[in-house]
Amino acid sequence: MTKNTIKIFVPCDAAALSVGANDIANEIKKIARKIGEHIQIIRNGSRGMLWLEPLVEVETKAGRIAYGPVQAGDIQSLFDADFLSGKPHELCLGLTEKIPYFAKQERLTFSRCGLIDPVSMADYALHGGLSGLRKALATTPENIIDIVTKSGLRGRGGAGFPTGIKWKTALEAVADQKYICANADEGDSGTFADRMLMEGDPFVLLEGMVIAGLATGATIGYIYIRSEYPHAINTMRRAVEFWRKSDLLGANILGSGKAFDIHVRRGAGAYICGEETSMLESLEGKRGQIKVKPPIPAIEGLFGKPTIINNVLSLASVPIILDKGAGFYQNYGQGRARGTQPFQLGGDIKHGGMVEKAFGVTLRELVEDFGGGTLSGKPIRSVQAGGPLGAYIPHSDFDVEMDYEKLAETGAMLGHGGIVVFNENVDMARQARFAMKFCEIESCGKCTPCRIGSVRGKETLDKIIAGEDVTANLELLEDICELMTEGSLCAMGGLTPMPVRSAIKHFGEDFKG
Amino acid sequence: MKANQIANVCAEYNNQPEALIEILHDVQHENGFLSNTALIDVANALNISRAEIHGVVSFYDDFRREPAIGPCIKICRAEACQAVGGEKTAAHAKNKKIETHDVYCLGNCALGPAVMIDDKLYGRVTPKKLDAIVKQRSAS
Ligand SMILES: Cc1cc2nc3c(=O)[nH]c(=O)nc-3n(C[C@H](O)[C@H](O)[C@H](O)COP(=O)(O)O)c2cc1C
Ligand code: SF4
Ligand code: FES
Repeated sequence: MTKNTIKIFVPCDAAALSVGANDIANEIKKIARKIGEHIQIIRNGSRGMLWLEPLVEVETKAGRIAYGPVQAGDIQSLFDADFLSGKPHELCLGLTEKIPYFAKQERLTFSRCGLIDPVSMADYALHGGLSGLRKALATTPENIIDIVTKSGLRGRGGAGFPTGIKWKTALEAVADQKYICANADEGDSGTFADRMLMEGDPFVLLEGMVIAGLATGATIGYIYIRSEYPHAINTMRRAVEFWRKSDLLGANILGSGKAFDIHVRRGAGAYICGEETSMLESLEGKRGQIKVKPPIPAIEGLFGKPTIINNVLSLASVPIILDKGAGFYQNYGQGRARGTQPFQLGGDIKHGGMVEKAFGVTLRELVEDFGGGTLSGKPIRSVQAGGPLGAYIPHSDFDVEMDYEKLAETGAMLGHGGIVVFNENVDMARQARFAMKFCEIESCGKCTPCRIGSVRGKETLDKIIAGEDVTANLELLEDICELMTEGSLCAMGGLTPMPVRSAIKHFGEDFKG
Repeated sequence: MKANQIANVCAEYNNQPEALIEILHDVQHENGFLSNTALIDVANALNISRAEIHGVVSFYDDFRREPAIGPCIKICRAEACQAVGGEKTAAHAKNKKIETHDVYCLGNCALGPAVMIDDKLYGRVTPKKLDAIVKQRSAS
């Protein structure tokens, strides 16, 4: 009697690979062959519990049983303990879906990530894939936009602009060609959700883009992915090829007579190319210099044509909204922040990873309950939320509810949902200096407040750190911050003062020289 | 890459100037860097000026004008990696005269310090681990 083939999941997510997932997959294969076990290894995306990577799962009758973090040296003992039947082992974490970190989440955008083989259409369709697209094909552009607007979805790239309103502008623009651009530049330090999604469930981004095309009349899409993400680039290219072959892209999508095609484009190591006008320049093969708005891209964008630019997560949230309805999505969240946000926990944190939760979860819950405090065991001193242009938040504000408006009230921002934890050893004057230095390095150079202000800001912080005329230099620094905030053309120069000022405000003791 | 090979790469993108960045990536991938002659060949194929192409090449950090000595080692200097000792790893590389490029986030912020060698990503890269990886890479 032949035994059934046992399914084993070993992630191909870049973060999992960075701690040895390929070695684990090879070692499992080797031992299984040696002892004559029939196994099938599926390279899934990550479940987002990154401190447990490489996380190996075995499919059993009871569900998927997780083991992690697995090192190559553990594998023989896993076989000895009969992990193929889901038996106990010191690395056994029980049913994956029951691990509290995972069980407490509200996975909408990431509902399939880590669960499925990323480029299997059978898996995708089995778990709700394409239902949103089918509904979109059966209705009008106006109705799609109405649903997206009512869902309350706002841009996940940082600015939080209502997605439906942007789409409506593009729909109403009259042109012979329109474009959809997925912003996968994900330049903010401390963020990796776009990458995880593209590697773990690339089809959902394609589905969202096709729906955006149907809604606005665009027939060509671009995915602009930063070059630091070779795995995501590779997966997205495979996904696009597969969709072309399956008539999900091309001249006649699912026999509807509607056309849409997608091209994958690489960035080349410029943070500023995440800003939408800069990204469009880059997509045209030019220097990524910022352009003055208006005209806004939805009216005059790529090659002068109406163009929707949306973050990966915004687009990838659309299929479930179309599938389950505006009300379903809108029921999550609070105030003007509806739906869920993939939060990314990084830095000195014990349980780093991706947590998708409805807006309104507090920073403390994310950092302490999910995150488990610091990895180093030292007390937390500060958290930087929202990437390199985001504020440093002190303990006293950890009970803030995470939504666009509540964060703004405390002088912080959500950005792309990155949360970076620092322990008590952090020197906030040095972090402020780094913010200025980062702006100096990444400024596109178009306007003076940013190009020169960042250099002066860094030099002034050097003096403060060296204890030179601290009071006068702090005043000067504040003037520079004011000038950058008020006078910069885009948010690169305009928001760099946010980490600087918040560091001074909440951690003034570090600025005494 | 010879002139005709570069012409072929450009032709794959229909000689569209908008594909310039893709083309430069492909040429650099083959040649290891972007030489003057390579840039002239690309400019000719796409029918753009040499000034334009230089403007683009100089804007983006990825493009190298000199041949690289060893593999391309990118080391993350951004906040999440700073928070877990990334600066120590960077300083160690410098002391050991390991040629590295500073980058700001590799999308591995929960498993920092992060390092990427060519297209391979590494996490939790302490100075000791950096030595081990570099040694292993030069052996293979
Ligand atoms: C300096 C700078 C960098 C940015 N980087 C990104 C990025 O990496 N990814 C992103 O989606 N949006 C980024 N944005 C925001 C985009 O300009 C744009 O608002 C966004 O892509 C719109 O999509 P959304 O409405 O879906 O958020 C950046 C903005 C600025 C000013
Ligand atoms: S603020 Fe900085 S990045 Fe933005 S346009 Fe001005 S110089 Fe360029
Ligand atoms: S901050 Fe270093 S990988 Fe993101």
